[in-house]
Amino acid sequence: MSEKRIRVLVAKPGLDGHDRGAKVIAQALRDSGMEVVYTGLRQTPEQIVSAALQEDVNVIGMSILSGAHATLFPEVVKLLKEQGVGDILVVGGGIIPEDDIPELKAAGIDEIFTPGTPLENVVNYIKENVKN
Amino acid sequence: MFKQEQLDKISAKKKGWEEKLEATKKKRPERKEEFETHSAIKVDTVYTPLDVADMDYERDLGLPGEYPYTRGVQPNMYRGRLWTMRQYAGFGTAEETNERFRYLLNQGQTGLSCAFDLPTQIGYDSDHPLAQGEVGKVGVAIDSLQDMETLFDQIPLGKVSTSMTINAPAGILLAMYIAVAEKQGVERSKLNGTIQNDMIKEYIARGTYILPPEPSMRLVTNILEFCSKEVPSWNSISISGYHIREAGCTAAQEIAFTLADGIAYVDAAIKAGLDVDKFAPRLSFFFNSHLNFLEEVAKFRAARRLWAKIMKERFGAKNPRSWTLRFHTQTAGVSLQAQQPMVNIIRTAFEAMSAVLGGTQSLHTNSYDEALALPSDESVLIALRTQQVIGYETGVCDTVDPLAGSYYVESLTNGVEAQAQDYIDKIDALGGATKAIDFMQKEIHNAAYKYQVEIDTQKRIVVGLNKFQMEEEKLEGLLKVDLSVGDNQVKKLKKLRAERDNAKVESILAALREAAQGDANLMPIFIDAVKAYATLGEICGVLRDVFGEYQQQIVF
Repeated sequence: MSEKRIRVLVAKPGLDGHDRGAKVIAQALRDSGMEVVYTGLRQTPEQIVSAALQEDVNVIGMSILSGAHATLFPEVVKLLKEQGVGDILVVGGGIIPEDDIPELKAAGIDEIFTPGTPLENVVNYIKENVKN
Repeated sequence: MFKQEQLDKISAKKKGWEEKLEATKKKRPERKEEFETHSAIKVDTVYTPLDVADMDYERDLGLPGEYPYTRGVQPNMYRGRLWTMRQYAGFGTAEETNERFRYLLNQGQTGLSCAFDLPTQIGYDSDHPLAQGEVGKVGVAIDSLQDMETLFDQIPLGKVSTSMTINAPAGILLAMYIAVAEKQGVERSKLNGTIQNDMIKEYIARGTYILPPEPSMRLVTNILEFCSKEVPSWNSISISGYHIREAGCTAAQEIAFTLADGIAYVDAAIKAGLDVDKFAPRLSFFFNSHLNFLEEVAKFRAARRLWAKIMKERFGAKNPRSWTLRFHTQTAGVSLQAQQPMVNIIRTAFEAMSAVLGGTQSLHTNSYDEALALPSDESVLIALRTQQVIGYETGVCDTVDPLAGSYYVESLTNGVEAQAQDYIDKIDALGGATKAIDFMQKEIHNAAYKYQVEIDTQKRIVVGLNKFQMEEEKLEGLLKVDLSVGDNQVKKLKKLRAERDNAKVESILAALREAAQGDANLMPIFIDAVKAYATLGEICGVLRDVFGEYQQQIVF
């Protein structure tokens, strides 16, 4: 019996249309054997959480390049908690200033990947840290 | 361009030389098995007249300012006037951006380029729930004519040229610009500038669409028609490859997809009854300048030649101005690295040099800190100075198209053009650009993934990222957008809605609804609406109601 495959929701919260990074990451995760669902652009935190529950994912990966991460990433974590979900690994990426990272982690984002991160690092992080 | 006799001699010599080359390679193996450009065009050890043997100087190059414009759109190019140095700027409130504009003009910048925040680009007012966290972030927040009046306060609109990166609500922002100018006493016929107004690339790569393609194409053609009659010096569309390239495609794909979009706009305008030679002279383009230095120069040259042929042969345009591809360039945002950010100044300088050697009409150079944040005053200044050094110190502007005649550059120009033409044929076969969005998205994604894998496997070296790394200190002085921008915009909106003539706004919005349901040109009513201080969100709300919203196809 093979291990159960990791299921990932790759999501674009906010209004920015730059999904090159999100799609490249999505493909790398898929190529590494994970099952990946990509939400498309302009997803509200509510839509992301509802998609995550519906798709029964182990991981949510969010990408924002507009600077709205400080508002929207924590909102997703908050909504997950309200739904009583505690076992989804939540990671984020994009143009995120180093100064903002501690605050995001304190808000419950498990990891932030900044520009220049090799794909393999993201894949390995998820494999090592997936919660269930 | 060469006599057969000469070519035979060179060919014979080259055979002997190739044996020598093989011997050398055994002693000094080459750095890579295969050398290729970003468009995967194979690069040979050396180029000779043999590689351009089929070229005909008159037919393929000509003189600058003459068909097919390979060498440039004007006879004397930068010997007359340098390109317009135009830094894209905008953040926070209209007050802050106005200050940055005036700073840039004082530093010798010659044109303005305005960035709008995402709610503005998608037609939401700052108090819309989806605007949460986005107000003033990637550009200035504009909710109504009032913000636009502040944005251009003390800037003489009769004298500057302004480029506005606005697409889905382009007509509404242009209406606001006209209204501000008329308040300053400047007639609309005297205005100079550009609106991006390129919806197809929004579906392909940039993502700030509102309406489905069909009504979007109607708005685009409404604007083309209105401008050709009333704002004759305005560039009514800037057909953009920039964002398609940023999304990951290659140089050849960039010009292919952009020109395919151009073909779709020309088709739509002709179908709407416009005369090609009335609007085509006001079409402008926007390209990326990436890191493969010579391929980028070749790309700009190939794009000019291709477009000239398309306009003359495919559309039968008669006015030489319809044949010329004039373009703005921005250096490649994706080439900027967060690691050792000062190195970005060097990358940007080379990219800017490609654009200049490629004959650009205007240029934005990126700032070194943009992989980390919006640029600071200091980093923007260095970016502007980079252009000034190229223009005033390096001497490359003293003659036109100085790389012409290089066997490699000409061969590469032909290679990029041929590959682009193949893509255009494929898109034609799919029914044109608006029908080929999925196809283009797949091509872009595949190229983007390949590029990233090449970096991860060190097949592609990026200085400071996957080679020559070092411990470094955090970059200080990054720009931070004040979080109170959103609250301030919301307050301003509330006040505006309380103080304006709401009955008038209602009646104009009702008239807009009726006009949208029919087939009138919507520009005049946009102008009436903004003058009555209807907000951008209200106007776009009517359009959303009438036409519905675009539903993205997810391709990856």
